Amino acid sequence: MSRGHLSLWQVFRIPLAVAALSLFGLVVALLGDGAWDWIGAAALGASVAAAVWALVARRR
Amino acid sequence: MKASTLRAWSWAHKWSSLVSTLFLLMLCVTGLPLVFTHEIEEAAMHQAWTPAHPNGPKLDLDQVLAAALARKPGEVPAFMSFDEDRPVVNVTSVVPGKSGYSFQPIDQTSGDPAPSVAGHPVMEFLLQLHTDMFLGLPGMLFLGAMGLLLVVALVSGVVLYAPFMRRLPFGTVRAHKAARTRWLDYHNLLGAVTLAWVLVVGVTGVVNTLATPIIAYWKDTALKKLTTAYDAPAPIAARSSLNAAVERAKLALPGKQLQFVAFPGSTYSTQHHYAVFFHGDTPLTAHLTTPALIDARTGQLAAVAPTPWYVAALSLSQPLHFGDYGGLPLKILWALLDLATIVILGSGLYLWLVKRGTLK
Repeated sequence: MSRGHLSLWQVFRIPLAVAALSLFGLVVALLGDGAWDWIGAAALGASVAAAVWALVARRR
Repeated sequence: MKASTLRAWSWAHKWSSLVSTLFLLMLCVTGLPLVFTHEIEEAAMHQAWTPAHPNGPKLDLDQVLAAALARKPGEVPAFMSFDEDRPVVNVTSVVPGKSGYSFQPIDQTSGDPAPSVAGHPVMEFLLQLHTDMFLGLPGMLFLGAMGLLLVVALVSGVVLYAPFMRRLPFGTVRAHKAARTRWLDYHNLLGAVTLAWVLVVGVTGVVNTLATPIIAYWKDTALKKLTTAYDAPAPIAARSSLNAAVERAKLALPGKQLQFVAFPGSTYSTQHHYAVFFHGDTPLTAHLTTPALIDARTGQLAAVAPTPWYVAALSLSQPLHFGDYGGLPLKILWALLDLATIVILGSGLYLWLVKRGTLK
């Protein structure tokens, strides 16, 4: 693991991507039906997936 | 960031969280089963039922209303709504001047009572606790204030995230360090990934707590001019046909789906009108309601009230808060994210207790 300072971009890029995907999912599931509900759920699911991934892969 | 700035954000995070945590925990715990209200009520209340005359003619709405009110002497109608998958009309009536209401599903082919498929007492209790803690409007507004504190906690949490995470790659959990370090990592990880969802559910929850003032403002402004012609409420005996009113309203809003009727004097209407509410049939417009107001004395169309932006915002805040608009997958995510929020609230409280030395 790097000991150096991370930049603000490095700190926030994954949370930002997860937040953007979540918002996208919340909105498209509202605007569309059928397949959009699944796409919306998958996008919002990125938040849960990121947490599970970190709990497994970033445990030290 | 300067040390003094950091301290200020830290102060904001600590106090906005401490004041609201217990209430937010209550909201998360009661909200978890409420996400699945429909499924729970279907499982707990479902019973085989067929209408008395499945292929027979249906009673008109005046006959249904008369049948319902005959079973509740002294009550006046407040709302009428319509089941989508069975010929059942639901009549809500109240004793004038009293709180509480009667809810009667009526078989539209016979006028007899039909079994309830919603409103399980346990779910109603949880909903009331979640909405206003049985304290009415003050309780609702108080929970809205707690929601605003949640927003402060989220924003300050994001600001504080940076200095904590400058040396740690995203999601690092130092599982073998002291409990305090480990729970700080869980708190930061879960906070970072749930941020957008918690923000949306929090802000839409706050908007929902404003439902009463929003509707009251609507009635006092946009709907006010419709009521100036009369100086006394339309008496029950002088009301024109409900069925004709609904048919007239359908003509005014062709292609829309009938949702419910608010009777004169009820929350969603004036003292003088049947407010016949419709919704659209696209996924978005299904959440947006438009009322046609029918003069209860004459049966004439008084107005099709365009929905002002603040009522539209309230309408859209409901699905985005409840998570009931995208099928079961979305509800399951709502539950998982709700559980994550409980962990964030709990770990935040724990970290505060450890820091001030109450816990070792």
